[in-house]
Amino acid sequence: MTATTPIPTPIDAIDRALIRATQDGLPLHPRPYDAVGRAVGIPGGEVRARMDKMLASGIIRRIGAVPNHYRLGYRVNAMTVWDVADDALVTLGPAVGALAFVSHCYRRPRAGARWPYNLFAMVHGKDRAGVDRHIDDIRRLLGAAAAGGDVLLSTEILKKTGLRL
Amino acid sequence: MTRHSPKAAPSGARNEPPLDAVDRTIVNALQGGFPLGERPYRDVAEGLGLAEDTLIERLKSLLERGVLSRFGPMYHAEKMGGGLTLAALSVDDDDFARIAVLVNAHPEVAHNYRRDHAFNMWFVIATERPGDIARVIAAIEAETGLDVLNVPKEEEYFIGLRFEA
Repeated sequence: MTATTPIPTPIDAIDRALIRATQDGLPLHPRPYDAVGRAVGIPGGEVRARMDKMLASGIIRRIGAVPNHYRLGYRVNAMTVWDVADDALVTLGPAVGALAFVSHCYRRPRAGARWPYNLFAMVHGKDRAGVDRHIDDIRRLLGAAAAGGDVLLSTEILKKTGLRL
Repeated sequence: MTRHSPKAAPSGARNEPPLDAVDRTIVNALQGGFPLGERPYRDVAEGLGLAEDTLIERLKSLLERGVLSRFGPMYHAEKMGGGLTLAALSVDDDDFARIAVLVNAHPEVAHNYRRDHAFNMWFVIATERPGDIARVIAAIEAETGLDVLNVPKEEEYFIGLRFEA
Protein backbone atom coordinates (compact mmCIF):
# COMPACT_ATOMS: atom_id res chain seq x y z
CA MET A 1 0.00 0.00 0.00
CA THR A 2 0.99 3.62 -0.16
CA ALA A 3 2.64 5.85 2.35
CA THR A 4 -0.47 8.03 2.49
CA THR A 5 -2.87 5.16 3.20
CA PRO A 6 -1.09 2.75 5.50
CA ILE A 7 -4.18 1.12 7.02
CA PRO A 8 -7.15 0.20 4.84
CA THR A 9 -10.30 1.16 6.69
CA PRO A 10 -12.68 -1.77 6.80
CA ILE A 11 -16.20 -1.24 5.57
CA ASP A 12 -19.13 -3.42 6.53
CA ALA A 13 -21.83 -4.99 4.38
CA ILE A 14 -24.18 -2.02 4.73
CA ASP A 15 -21.44 0.44 3.70
CA ARG A 16 -20.72 -1.78 0.73
CA ALA A 17 -24.42 -1.80 -0.23
CA LEU A 18 -24.42 2.01 0.10
CA ILE A 19 -21.42 2.29 -2.17
CA ARG A 20 -23.02 0.01 -4.74
CA ALA A 21 -26.24 2.04 -4.59
CA THR A 22 -24.42 5.34 -5.20
CA GLN A 23 -21.52 4.43 -7.48
CA ASP A 24 -23.53 5.56 -10.52
CA GLY A 25 -24.50 8.73 -8.71
CA LEU A 26 -26.76 10.25 -6.10
CA PRO A 27 -30.49 10.14 -6.90
CA LEU A 28 -31.84 13.39 -8.34
CA HIS A 29 -34.64 13.32 -5.81
CA PRO A 30 -35.45 16.06 -3.26
CA ARG A 31 -34.55 13.62 -0.47
CA PRO A 32 -31.72 11.69 -2.12
CA TYR A 33 -30.42 10.00 1.02
CA ASP A 34 -33.89 8.69 1.86
CA ALA A 35 -34.07 7.29 -1.68
CA VAL A 36 -30.71 5.55 -1.21
CA GLY A 37 -31.89 4.25 2.17
CA ARG A 38 -34.98 2.69 0.59
CA ALA A 39 -32.75 0.91 -1.94
CA VAL A 40 -30.46 -0.39 0.81
CA GLY A 41 -33.11 -1.01 3.46
CA ILE A 42 -32.00 1.49 6.13
CA PRO A 43 -33.37 4.91 7.18
CA GLY A 44 -32.14 8.01 5.37
CA GLY A 45 -30.63 9.30 8.61
CA GLU A 46 -28.41 6.24 8.81
CA VAL A 47 -27.36 6.73 5.18
CA ARG A 48 -26.31 10.29 6.03
CA ALA A 49 -24.49 9.24 9.20
CA ARG A 50 -22.60 6.50 7.38
CA MET A 51 -21.67 8.77 4.50
CA ASP A 52 -20.52 11.42 6.97
CA LYS A 53 -18.24 8.84 8.59
CA MET A 54 -16.89 7.74 5.19
CA LEU A 55 -16.14 11.38 4.36
CA ALA A 56 -14.27 11.76 7.65
CA SER A 57 -12.17 8.63 7.05
CA GLY A 58 -11.47 9.56 3.42
CA ILE A 59 -13.35 6.59 1.92
CA ILE A 60 -15.46 9.25 0.22
CA ARG A 61 -13.14 11.92 -1.20
CA ARG A 62 -16.02 14.34 -1.75
CA ILE A 63 -19.62 14.47 -2.87
CA GLY A 64 -20.22 16.49 -5.97
CA ALA A 65 -20.26 16.82 -9.72
CA VAL A 66 -17.56 15.41 -11.99
CA PRO A 67 -17.41 17.58 -15.09
CA ASN A 68 -16.58 16.03 -18.42
CA HIS A 69 -13.59 18.31 -18.90
CA TYR A 70 -13.60 17.84 -22.67
CA ARG A 71 -17.09 19.27 -22.82
CA LEU A 72 -15.91 22.31 -20.84
CA GLY A 73 -13.21 22.94 -23.43
CA TYR A 74 -10.30 21.36 -21.55
CA ARG A 75 -9.40 19.23 -24.55
CA VAL A 76 -5.66 18.84 -24.09
CA ASN A 77 -4.64 16.28 -21.48
CA ALA A 78 -0.96 15.62 -20.93
CA MET A 79 0.52 13.07 -18.58
CA THR A 80 3.90 14.58 -17.74
CA VAL A 81 6.47 12.24 -16.22
CA TRP A 82 9.77 13.16 -14.64
CA ASP A 83 12.89 11.44 -13.35
CA VAL A 84 13.45 13.33 -10.11
CA ALA A 85 16.14 12.69 -7.50
CA ASP A 86 14.43 10.67 -4.77
CA ASP A 87 15.47 12.93 -1.91
CA ALA A 88 14.15 15.99 -3.74
CA LEU A 89 10.67 14.52 -4.20
CA VAL A 90 9.70 15.21 -0.61
CA THR A 91 9.52 18.92 -1.39
CA LEU A 92 9.15 18.94 -5.17
CA GLY A 93 6.25 16.47 -5.33
CA PRO A 94 3.92 18.66 -3.26
CA ALA A 95 5.22 21.78 -5.04
CA VAL A 96 4.28 20.38 -8.45
CA GLY A 97 0.95 19.16 -7.06
CA ALA A 98 0.21 22.68 -5.82
CA LEU A 99 0.40 24.18 -9.33
CA ALA A 100 -3.07 25.38 -10.31
CA PHE A 101 -3.20 23.46 -13.60
CA VAL A 102 -2.14 20.05 -12.19
CA SER A 103 -5.11 17.75 -11.51
CA HIS A 104 -3.26 14.71 -10.15
CA CYS A 105 0.31 14.33 -8.91
CA TYR A 106 1.87 11.10 -7.74
CA ARG A 107 5.12 9.37 -6.99
CA ARG A 108 5.29 6.01 -8.81
CA PRO A 109 8.08 3.44 -9.11
CA ARG A 110 10.69 3.60 -11.84
CA ALA A 111 10.83 0.48 -14.03
CA GLY A 112 14.39 0.28 -15.24
CA ALA A 113 15.77 1.83 -18.40
CA ARG A 114 12.49 1.50 -20.28
CA TRP A 115 10.68 3.66 -17.72
CA PRO A 116 12.99 5.90 -15.61
CA TYR A 117 10.24 8.24 -14.35
CA ASN A 118 9.07 8.51 -10.74
CA LEU A 119 6.95 11.70 -10.69
CA PHE A 120 3.66 11.91 -12.59
CA ALA A 121 1.71 15.16 -13.01
CA MET A 122 -1.47 15.39 -15.08
CA VAL A 123 -1.87 18.72 -16.86
CA HIS A 124 -5.11 19.93 -18.46
CA GLY A 125 -5.64 22.90 -20.72
CA LYS A 126 -7.82 24.33 -23.43
CA ASP A 127 -5.12 24.32 -26.11
CA ARG A 128 -1.70 22.88 -26.81
CA ALA A 129 0.16 26.18 -26.41
CA GLY A 130 -1.28 26.69 -22.94
CA VAL A 131 -0.39 23.15 -21.91
CA ASP A 132 3.15 23.62 -23.27
CA ARG A 133 3.54 26.71 -21.07
CA HIS A 134 2.34 24.70 -18.07
CA ILE A 135 4.87 21.99 -18.83
CA ASP A 136 7.64 24.61 -19.01
CA ASP A 137 6.52 25.85 -15.59
CA ILE A 138 6.93 22.33 -14.16
CA ARG A 139 10.34 21.95 -15.85
CA ARG A 140 11.55 25.23 -14.33
CA LEU A 141 10.24 24.28 -10.90
CA LEU A 142 12.02 20.91 -10.94
CA GLY A 143 15.23 22.43 -12.30
CA ALA A 144 18.38 20.38 -11.85
CA ALA A 145 16.60 17.85 -9.63
CA ALA A 146 15.03 16.33 -12.76
CA ALA A 147 17.38 14.21 -14.87
CA GLY A 148 14.75 13.97 -17.59
CA GLY A 149 11.10 14.06 -18.43
CA ASP A 150 8.55 13.19 -21.05
CA VAL A 151 5.07 14.26 -22.11
CA LEU A 152 2.37 11.77 -23.09
CA LEU A 153 -0.57 13.50 -24.72
CA SER A 154 -3.82 11.59 -24.75
CA THR A 155 -5.13 11.02 -28.25
CA GLU A 156 -8.19 8.86 -27.60
CA ILE A 157 -10.35 7.76 -24.68
CA LEU A 158 -10.63 3.98 -24.96
CA LYS A 159 -12.71 3.45 -21.82
CA LYS A 160 -13.95 5.60 -18.99
CA THR A 161 -16.13 4.22 -16.24
CA GLY A 162 -16.65 5.00 -12.63
CA LEU A 163 -15.40 2.81 -9.87
CA ARG A 164 -17.00 -0.62 -9.91
CA LEU A 165 -17.42 -2.96 -6.99
CA MET B 1 -20.74 1.20 -18.72
CA THR B 2 -18.83 3.22 -21.25
CA ARG B 3 -19.96 6.79 -21.12
CA HIS B 4 -17.80 8.04 -23.96
CA SER B 5 -17.85 6.47 -27.34
CA PRO B 6 -14.29 5.76 -28.45
CA LYS B 7 -12.73 8.59 -30.43
CA ALA B 8 -15.57 10.97 -29.62
CA ALA B 9 -14.04 12.78 -26.73
CA PRO B 10 -10.64 14.34 -27.45
CA SER B 11 -11.76 15.91 -30.70
CA GLY B 12 -15.34 15.88 -29.43
CA ALA B 13 -16.88 19.24 -30.19
CA ARG B 14 -20.46 18.23 -30.79
CA ASN B 15 -23.00 20.80 -31.85
CA GLU B 16 -24.56 21.19 -28.45
CA PRO B 17 -26.11 24.35 -27.09
CA PRO B 18 -23.52 26.22 -25.03
CA LEU B 19 -23.91 26.30 -21.28
CA ASP B 20 -25.94 29.21 -20.06
CA ALA B 21 -25.18 31.25 -16.95
CA VAL B 22 -27.23 28.99 -14.66
CA ASP B 23 -25.51 25.84 -15.99
CA ARG B 24 -22.11 27.45 -15.40
CA THR B 25 -23.03 28.45 -11.89
CA ILE B 26 -24.08 24.88 -11.11
CA VAL B 27 -21.00 23.24 -12.66
CA ASN B 28 -18.66 25.64 -10.87
CA ALA B 29 -20.40 25.38 -7.51
CA LEU B 30 -21.08 21.67 -7.26
CA GLN B 31 -17.68 20.05 -7.82
CA GLY B 32 -17.43 19.15 -4.14
CA GLY B 33 -18.87 19.70 -0.71
CA PHE B 34 -22.45 18.66 -1.49
CA PRO B 35 -24.19 18.57 1.91
CA LEU B 36 -25.59 15.62 3.84
CA GLY B 37 -28.84 17.23 4.99
CA GLU B 38 -32.32 15.86 4.48
CA ARG B 39 -33.01 18.27 1.60
CA PRO B 40 -29.53 18.95 0.20
CA TYR B 41 -30.68 20.15 -3.24
CA ARG B 42 -32.95 22.72 -1.58
CA ASP B 43 -30.10 23.90 0.69
CA VAL B 44 -27.66 24.25 -2.22
CA ALA B 45 -30.27 25.85 -4.48
CA GLU B 46 -31.00 28.53 -1.87
CA GLY B 47 -27.33 29.47 -1.76
CA LEU B 48 -27.26 29.79 -5.55
CA GLY B 49 -30.51 31.77 -5.77
CA LEU B 50 -32.32 28.92 -7.54
CA ALA B 51 -35.41 26.86 -6.81
CA GLU B 52 -34.86 23.28 -5.65
CA ASP B 53 -36.65 21.76 -8.66
CA THR B 54 -34.68 24.00 -11.03
CA LEU B 55 -31.40 22.73 -9.61
CA ILE B 56 -32.55 19.11 -9.89
CA GLU B 57 -33.78 19.56 -13.48
CA ARG B 58 -30.58 21.35 -14.48
CA LEU B 59 -28.43 18.61 -12.97
CA LYS B 60 -30.45 16.00 -14.83
CA SER B 61 -29.96 17.88 -18.09
CA LEU B 62 -26.22 18.42 -17.53
CA LEU B 63 -25.82 14.68 -16.94
CA GLU B 64 -27.93 13.75 -19.96
CA ARG B 65 -25.96 16.14 -22.16
CA GLY B 66 -22.68 14.72 -20.88
CA VAL B 67 -21.43 18.02 -19.46
CA LEU B 68 -21.21 16.21 -16.14
CA SER B 69 -19.99 12.65 -16.26
CA ARG B 70 -21.26 11.93 -12.77
CA PHE B 71 -22.90 13.44 -9.71
CA GLY B 72 -22.52 11.85 -6.30
CA PRO B 73 -19.93 10.56 -3.85
CA MET B 74 -16.41 9.92 -5.16
CA TYR B 75 -14.94 6.88 -3.49
CA HIS B 76 -11.30 6.23 -2.63
CA ALA B 77 -10.66 2.62 -3.67
CA GLU B 78 -7.64 2.03 -1.47
CA LYS B 79 -9.20 3.40 1.70
CA MET B 80 -12.03 0.92 1.17
CA GLY B 81 -9.40 -1.78 1.24
CA GLY B 82 -9.31 -2.28 -2.51
CA GLY B 83 -6.47 -2.31 -5.00
CA LEU B 84 -5.64 0.38 -7.53
CA THR B 85 -2.83 0.79 -10.01
CA LEU B 86 -1.83 2.51 -13.23
CA ALA B 87 -0.56 0.23 -15.96
CA ALA B 88 0.61 0.56 -19.54
CA LEU B 89 1.25 -1.48 -22.66
CA SER B 90 3.35 -0.84 -25.71
CA VAL B 91 1.11 -1.95 -28.57
CA ASP B 92 1.75 -2.12 -32.33
CA ASP B 93 -0.46 0.40 -34.10
CA ASP B 94 -1.75 -2.32 -36.42
CA ASP B 95 -2.93 -4.39 -33.47
CA PHE B 96 -4.12 -1.53 -31.28
CA ALA B 97 -7.89 -1.93 -31.69
CA ARG B 98 -7.79 -5.65 -30.96
CA ILE B 99 -5.68 -5.21 -27.82
CA ALA B 100 -7.93 -2.38 -26.61
CA VAL B 101 -10.94 -4.71 -26.79
CA LEU B 102 -9.09 -7.36 -24.77
CA VAL B 103 -7.99 -4.89 -22.08
CA ASN B 104 -11.34 -3.08 -21.85
CA ALA B 105 -13.19 -6.38 -21.47
CA HIS B 106 -11.87 -6.58 -17.90
CA PRO B 107 -14.42 -4.97 -15.58
CA GLU B 108 -11.53 -3.99 -13.29
CA VAL B 109 -10.15 -1.71 -16.02
CA ALA B 110 -11.72 1.66 -15.26
CA HIS B 111 -10.09 4.25 -17.49
CA ASN B 112 -8.05 3.54 -20.58
CA TYR B 113 -6.36 6.21 -22.69
CA ARG B 114 -4.36 6.09 -25.88
CA ARG B 115 -1.23 8.27 -25.57
CA ASP B 116 1.41 9.26 -28.09
CA HIS B 117 4.43 7.39 -26.73
CA ALA B 118 6.11 3.99 -27.09
CA PHE B 119 3.88 3.05 -24.15
CA ASN B 120 0.72 4.00 -25.99
CA MET B 121 -2.05 2.39 -23.92
CA TRP B 122 -2.52 3.54 -20.29
CA PHE B 123 -5.19 2.16 -18.02
CA VAL B 124 -6.28 2.16 -14.39
CA ILE B 125 -7.02 -1.17 -12.71
CA ALA B 126 -9.29 -1.06 -9.64
CA THR B 127 -10.10 -4.20 -7.66
CA GLU B 128 -12.04 -5.00 -4.54
CA ARG B 129 -9.03 -6.69 -2.94
CA PRO B 130 -5.41 -5.50 -3.33
CA GLY B 131 -4.24 -9.01 -4.22
CA ASP B 132 -6.45 -9.08 -7.30
CA ILE B 133 -4.31 -6.52 -9.13
CA ALA B 134 -1.67 -9.16 -9.88
CA ARG B 135 -4.32 -11.56 -11.18
CA VAL B 136 -5.73 -8.97 -13.60
CA ILE B 137 -2.25 -8.04 -14.85
CA ALA B 138 -1.36 -11.71 -15.36
CA ALA B 139 -4.58 -12.24 -17.31
CA ILE B 140 -3.93 -9.21 -19.54
CA GLU B 141 -0.36 -10.40 -20.20
CA ALA B 142 -1.59 -13.89 -21.09
CA GLU B 143 -4.36 -12.62 -23.36
CA THR B 144 -2.30 -9.99 -25.18
CA GLY B 145 1.13 -11.61 -25.15
CA LEU B 146 2.52 -8.23 -24.02
CA ASP B 147 4.38 -7.17 -20.87
CA VAL B 148 2.40 -4.84 -18.63
CA LEU B 149 4.22 -1.85 -17.15
CA ASN B 150 2.79 -1.62 -13.63
CA VAL B 151 3.35 1.68 -11.79
CA PRO B 152 1.22 1.74 -8.63
CA LYS B 153 0.97 4.97 -6.71
CA GLU B 154 3.57 5.25 -3.96
CA GLU B 155 2.64 8.70 -2.75
CA GLU B 156 -0.21 11.05 -3.60
CA TYR B 157 0.82 14.70 -3.67
CA PHE B 158 -2.39 16.17 -4.98
CA ILE B 159 -5.69 15.17 -6.54
CA GLY B 160 -8.62 17.34 -7.42
CA LEU B 161 -8.31 20.15 -9.93
CA ARG B 162 -11.52 22.16 -10.25
CA PHE B 163 -12.58 22.89 -13.82
CA GLU B 164 -14.23 26.18 -14.62
CA ALA B 165 -17.21 26.19 -16.94
